[in-house]
Amino acid sequence: MSPSLAWNYKDLIDVEHLSRDEIETIFTAATAFKRAMEADDKKQPFLEGRTVVNLFLEPSTRTRLAFEVAASRLSADTITITGEASSLTKGETLRDTARNMEALKADMIIMRHAASGAPNYLSKVIDIPVINAGDGSHAHPTQALLDAFTLLEKFGSLDGKKITILGDILFSRVARSNIWGLQKLGADVTLAGPSTLVPEQFQALGVRVSHNLQEALADADAVMLLRIQHERQTATHFPSIGEYTSTFGLNQRRAAWLKPGAIIMHPGPINRGVEIDSELADSEQSVVLQQVTNGIVVRMAVLHLCYCAYKNKPIELP
Amino acid sequence: MSAILWISGGRVIDPANQRDAIGDLFAVDGRIVEQLDDSQRAAARKVDATGLVVTPGLVDIHVHFRDPGQTHKEDIQSGSYAAAAGGFTTVVCMPNTSPVCDNAGTIQRIMDKVERESVINIYPTGCLTLGMEGKQLAPTGQLKNAGVVAVTDDGKCVQSNEIMRRAVEYAKMLDLPVMDHCQDASLTQGAVMNEGEWSLRLGLRGWPKAAEDIIVARNVLLAEMTGAHIHMQHVSSAHSVDILRRAIERGIPVSGEASPHHIEFTDADLKDYDTVFKMNPPLRTPADREALIEGLCDGTLCCIATDHAPHSPDEKDREFDAAPFGIIGLENSLASCLTTLYHSGRLGLSDLIALMTHKGAELCKLDAGTLTTGADADICLIDPDEEWVADAGKFFSKSRNCPWHGKKLKGRVKSTFVAGERIYDGSQILA
Repeated sequence: MSPSLAWNYKDLIDVEHLSRDEIETIFTAATAFKRAMEADDKKQPFLEGRTVVNLFLEPSTRTRLAFEVAASRLSADTITITGEASSLTKGETLRDTARNMEALKADMIIMRHAASGAPNYLSKVIDIPVINAGDGSHAHPTQALLDAFTLLEKFGSLDGKKITILGDILFSRVARSNIWGLQKLGADVTLAGPSTLVPEQFQALGVRVSHNLQEALADADAVMLLRIQHERQTATHFPSIGEYTSTFGLNQRRAAWLKPGAIIMHPGPINRGVEIDSELADSEQSVVLQQVTNGIVVRMAVLHLCYCAYKNKPIELP
Repeated sequence: MSAILWISGGRVIDPANQRDAIGDLFAVDGRIVEQLDDSQRAAARKVDATGLVVTPGLVDIHVHFRDPGQTHKEDIQSGSYAAAAGGFTTVVCMPNTSPVCDNAGTIQRIMDKVERESVINIYPTGCLTLGMEGKQLAPTGQLKNAGVVAVTDDGKCVQSNEIMRRAVEYAKMLDLPVMDHCQDASLTQGAVMNEGEWSLRLGLRGWPKAAEDIIVARNVLLAEMTGAHIHMQHVSSAHSVDILRRAIERGIPVSGEASPHHIEFTDADLKDYDTVFKMNPPLRTPADREALIEGLCDGTLCCIATDHAPHSPDEKDREFDAAPFGIIGLENSLASCLTTLYHSGRLGLSDLIALMTHKGAELCKLDAGTLTTGADADICLIDPDEEWVADAGKFFSKSRNCPWHGKKLKGRVKSTFVAGERIYDGSQILA
């Protein structure tokens, strides 16, 4: 284990502003936590006596649970507040809600919020660490980090690997964080999906954009699927779920266009039979559940590193 | 005993009269006169303007003073102080107050308050449609009789082409200009910033330029069809400038204004989700900014208007999506425009002053913005080279939502006179 792990941020807001070295620092820590977990040494002492608040102002199952588990495994006390149960529904501002938590001596806030940029704002109005658990269409850094961590476990290195992100890119914070993270780690990223959900301007971020599924999947080492949120924001963006499935849904025949041995990823929740064929989701190629497990150790790493930076403490690992 | 003012030794710039020379400016009893006789000279209050530029008081045809109804953001008095400190002696207020200005009573109430509390000339506008709902024409004749100088549903563009057509036909009969906030609402649902690379990066809902261009094009067609004058407010898109330029060349009665923020900032300034850059229409790209400046230089855009839109600090201190649109600009508008247009070499001083004085006044048929003999002695003294740092905390406006806060600007208002009376001395309101 490198004794000189360097991490200078008390907040994790996005992946865009991290360097490759910093991402690799997170993975070094995550690997240590994973090794301990596999040795059945599940609980670590690093946040003992600390209170971690999960402020989830938008529905979430996987991410919220994974953060709760991660904080518990670090021996923190966790409190989860959801949108309906918070005073925000009584008209309290985000600033006041967060400052009250600070006054209650919370030590970290993990926030999921529907508005892009909300964690950027929050990190300016409070001192304690802010971990972004997904904000609007902006960023979902821990998801992208666990995705890259999973890919690295499979491939060893992402340099030159071809990864296709397929689906609703326009409204996806997962896609945005992955675009930054995967490219920083050396991968070639292709975005695919209907033209209305994958605007050409994304090319300005360094990626390739394709509306031809066969071309987008050809020789890909991995395909990352995104959920279609037709019930919410994309009502005018394409004709129907059926049309989406018939044009861009991933099935056995189309999965054959991928490079042999390619893996299939999905951040969940999966809409079986919509963006992915049910059998394919459960196939050998799918790493969906590994992603979930890796979500714990990557988040342990993030919480630990950010808290060490906040307290200006040296980073110890199991 | 009459009040006599003698401003001496300044560079007097009066674009409406093609005057730009070092000289003296005189006023008697609140009006510009050509000369003073010896006894008047002896009795005159003399103001030494050596080294300064002497211009007509500035004119802004697009401000929001939030009075009545939202006076925690601004009111007639605080708005007038902010204007005076920015060198403005005449402003035109938008009608989206609470209640909105769709009836003569509300206009009368504003006029009464202006009479009592304002230190400058304030003119109201009336709504185009009842409740600014875009469905039924407001009583435009009654509004005109009550004193409005233009009609507009600013902030809420009339979406129905039929209603807009009838509104402009009707306003033409009354010789009232129509000002339109050009925005096709169907293209901007939930949108908070310009659609483009930056909206993709930030994950904020984008607002395509076409939403503005479509309405500008519609208005050109309606102006051509009806012969009514339609003025496009705060043009932000390069295409809109192009559409306007070609329409004006064809003799169609349309015009447009640009706002100081659209010719200075771009959508990249939103990178930290700072709500002080959230306004409607949104900041666009460097190419749009350049097109707006070209439009001002070649006359396609006839004037500069601030769209001074105060919001309280609490209202702006929110998540980006939740914060209201709008920024304030009256107190730094001249300095910003001097920096962006004059010191950069894009426009001569006289041409810039024209855009901020008589051009807008002519559009609304206001007797303002000139130093013509007999005109009200509304005057602004400017040091075009003084450097200062904008400090919104010291503004006279009640609000602080100013994107220039903390920025270094070059050019400063040193004094403002209304009807021959000094109302601002470079630091204080004298009222």
